[in-house]
Amino acid sequence: MTEYETPALEIDGLGVRLPGEQAARPILDGVTLRVRAGETVGLVGESGSGKSVACRSVLGLLPPRARTSGEVQVAGRDVLAMNRAELAGLRAGQVAMIFQDPRASVNPLRRVGDFLTEGLRGAGTPAAAAENRAEELLDAVGIRDPRGALRRYPHQFSGGMLQRVVIAAALAGEPALLVADEPTTALDVTTQAEIIAILTRLQAARGTGMLFVTHDLELASAICDRVYVMYAGRIVETNGTDALFDRPRHPYTAGLLACTPHIEAAAAAPRPIPGRPVSLAEAPPGCAFAARCAHAQPRCSEETPELAHHGDGLAACHRADEGIKL
Amino acid sequence: MTGATEELVVQRLRKRYGDHTAVKDVSFTLPPGSSLGIVGESGSGKTTTVRMLVGLERPDGGTIRIGGRDRSAPARGRAERLARAREIQMVFQDPYLSLDPRVTVGQCVEEVLRLHFPMETTARRERVAELLDQVGLGEREAAALPGKLSGGQRQRVAIARALAAEPRVLVLDEAVAALDVSIQAQVLELLGTIRREVGIGFLFVTHDLAVVRHITDEVMVLREGQVVEAGPTAGILDAPHHPYTRLLLSSVPRRGWNPGDAAAARRSLG
Amino acid sequence: MTTTVSPAPPSSGALRRRRGLGGLRVLGQGPLFTAGVVVLAVLVLIAVLAPVLAPYDPDVLDLSASLTGTSGDHLLGTDQSGRDILSRLIHGARTGLLGPLLVVGVSTLLGTLIGMVAAWRGGWADALLSRSMDLAFAIPGLLLAILLVAVLGSGMAAPVIAMAVAYTPYVGRLVRGIARQEKARAYIESYRVQGWSGWTICLRHLLPNIAPTVFAQSAMNFGYVLMDLAALSFLGFGVQPPTADWGAMINEGQSAIQQGAMLPALAPSACIVLAVVAFGIVGEGLADRIAKRER
Repeated sequence: MTEYETPALEIDGLGVRLPGEQAARPILDGVTLRVRAGETVGLVGESGSGKSVACRSVLGLLPPRARTSGEVQVAGRDVLAMNRAELAGLRAGQVAMIFQDPRASVNPLRRVGDFLTEGLRGAGTPAAAAENRAEELLDAVGIRDPRGALRRYPHQFSGGMLQRVVIAAALAGEPALLVADEPTTALDVTTQAEIIAILTRLQAARGTGMLFVTHDLELASAICDRVYVMYAGRIVETNGTDALFDRPRHPYTAGLLACTPHIEAAAAAPRPIPGRPVSLAEAPPGCAFAARCAHAQPRCSEETPELAHHGDGLAACHRADEGIKL
Repeated sequence: MTGATEELVVQRLRKRYGDHTAVKDVSFTLPPGSSLGIVGESGSGKTTTVRMLVGLERPDGGTIRIGGRDRSAPARGRAERLARAREIQMVFQDPYLSLDPRVTVGQCVEEVLRLHFPMETTARRERVAELLDQVGLGEREAAALPGKLSGGQRQRVAIARALAAEPRVLVLDEAVAALDVSIQAQVLELLGTIRREVGIGFLFVTHDLAVVRHITDEVMVLREGQVVEAGPTAGILDAPHHPYTRLLLSSVPRRGWNPGDAAAARRSLG
Repeated sequence: MTTTVSPAPPSSGALRRRRGLGGLRVLGQGPLFTAGVVVLAVLVLIAVLAPVLAPYDPDVLDLSASLTGTSGDHLLGTDQSGRDILSRLIHGARTGLLGPLLVVGVSTLLGTLIGMVAAWRGGWADALLSRSMDLAFAIPGLLLAILLVAVLGSGMAAPVIAMAVAYTPYVGRLVRGIARQEKARAYIESYRVQGWSGWTICLRHLLPNIAPTVFAQSAMNFGYVLMDLAALSFLGFGVQPPTADWGAMINEGQSAIQQGAMLPALAPSACIVLAVVAFGIVGEGLADRIAKRER
């Protein structure tokens, strides 16, 4: 086991609240999550689950005036306690982020070459060396004529090609951790396959840890080593991918699996979960999922279940040991 | 007229924007009450095709007929416009943009009835309640403005509104793409029930092959404005003939998926 | 997807010409906006109740009481002809507001009609109307007013017509822009699919949804028109003496400045500034509110 190594990312009991008009609005509660070096970890949830806020906290990108509790440790240092300069250093070095919309993460008025080399030159690499490095990176993400691409502007690239550029830029600083927030959601399926192939290949070759945030259970099952499932600002279940998908312990995980349409010939028709996903602020006392859960008992709407060991994984359900059947 | 002549027949439909041909000789037939998936990536012409069917775009060539009545040219006069509207209705992708923010859910359905069917006020009110009930919405939602509803509820309103005109064909343009998975499954189930009960034909435009498997009888794959493969859904998804269909299928993530397979499929496409 | 109103208003020349007003927005919408609304409400009340509120007949000359300073009898003193300045200000609010009301009313109606038709029909109708609006933009409003005065003679009619012609393309462009955005939205398209006629969709759904934005712009235009008309009166092309009018009062008061009396020119200037700023604040505030709601 590599338990003695410092993990690439360790989130411990992260809580986030936004100051509201009457009372503070909670967004996240007790989120605990770990990504080891070289590991791909999925963070899965529907809207309101808080998955995006959780992943942005890794770069210290929290909503203005947000109050936090707990710790977000990257390479052993607490991000939440960092000042501006330290955060800038963190983003330039240890952690890189890939967002859903590549157009929003590049400056449309600057050449792709400048976008790729700015971080390197900022870190003291000479211009010529930085340019060679940028060319290598573009080549690695499968862009033809990388030398020519450096001279072009973002609008001259398609969404898929630009996302490759963004990935190249993310890898330029040789980060220990890559945070990808729905990086392929805006792309066509065939482009998604290309981007995922590139991302997983480079990440494996470099031993980078990756936190992969997605709403797409099938995608998470395809590429992640472990998966965390979030509901209403809390982690409700986590396990290795195979165990989680074969034997979900939490009814929400089971429900998500059952309602996702599968492409396989023998797949059952998607079975809906009643009701709609809620955010932590809207969640009633007790288990936030209880109102939608077919297995709920009176106790479920009174006591909030703690995340506890069940088998190899963790689940936050009072009835996790009883073996929920799909 | 007999059922067989009530089908939707599209022949050699074409649409150009400047030099770019968005839709090129697309032909298909939708028998009454059946469900056809139109699958493709962005730029495949799938949305342009259905927009021509409902009259939001004018075709540059080809014909669209329902029950033998042509609807390729713009409608002349009110009667023809209304008759066409009762043939095909449409549900749009984004539930946050497809409802007038100033019109309550009840009014939104009621105005369609008022436009198309002469009815007593009380009968019309009852029909509104019936339509909303069919999509799982009650009195409380009927009185609400769209702003008070969730995305899934809004999409149900859009479906009820489309059904109000009692069309033979319902076009669903990425109608579940913007919804959360748990809500998406609810809407898919609702659509399945409606098809069984109302006997309406579906044209299901989507990029999602997994959804296609569960909601369509037949599927048509579009690429760059052309049909590359068409046939029974199960047959095409299990044994695709065209390399592009194979590429699409190998690009769908699932457990044990190797994204590299898609790259191989792309190479064979040339 | 957010479609804010921001792309349209900055393209309007009226805003670009007087960017200073827009800068006030940084002060925030709360108390300032309220103050703006109160000022406007008071102005309207004064205009309506002018005959009741004014202590003197605004037009009665009393050459023996020329340029008396402030006193218990004349709170703001008198002008060179001995007329009570306060009474003239109060009556001036009527012409001051009536002129812009006519101009904004006509230009908003015409501009909305032109903009909506251009946006809805598209194609050649759009090209024709848009080019016509470009042409109208090229004619300076003040010059047109002076020309019309030459034809129609002096009085309110010529400046009001000229300003209505000058402001119509501003409104037209704004409406065309936002109506095109709105037309492309799925809810408008779904009404088309339902079989409604273009007119019905435009009047029942398109217009009410763009109206708040147009209304906000009209509130701002109101201030600008007020200033333009005052400028014309000041130049002698507008309302003719002895009718009480703020712009004309400044003109008449100019010579008094040399005699050491500031109030005859200063008081109407202050009224104009107050009204224009209040309309600007309210217009910007409304536009902000709409932008927030759309998001």
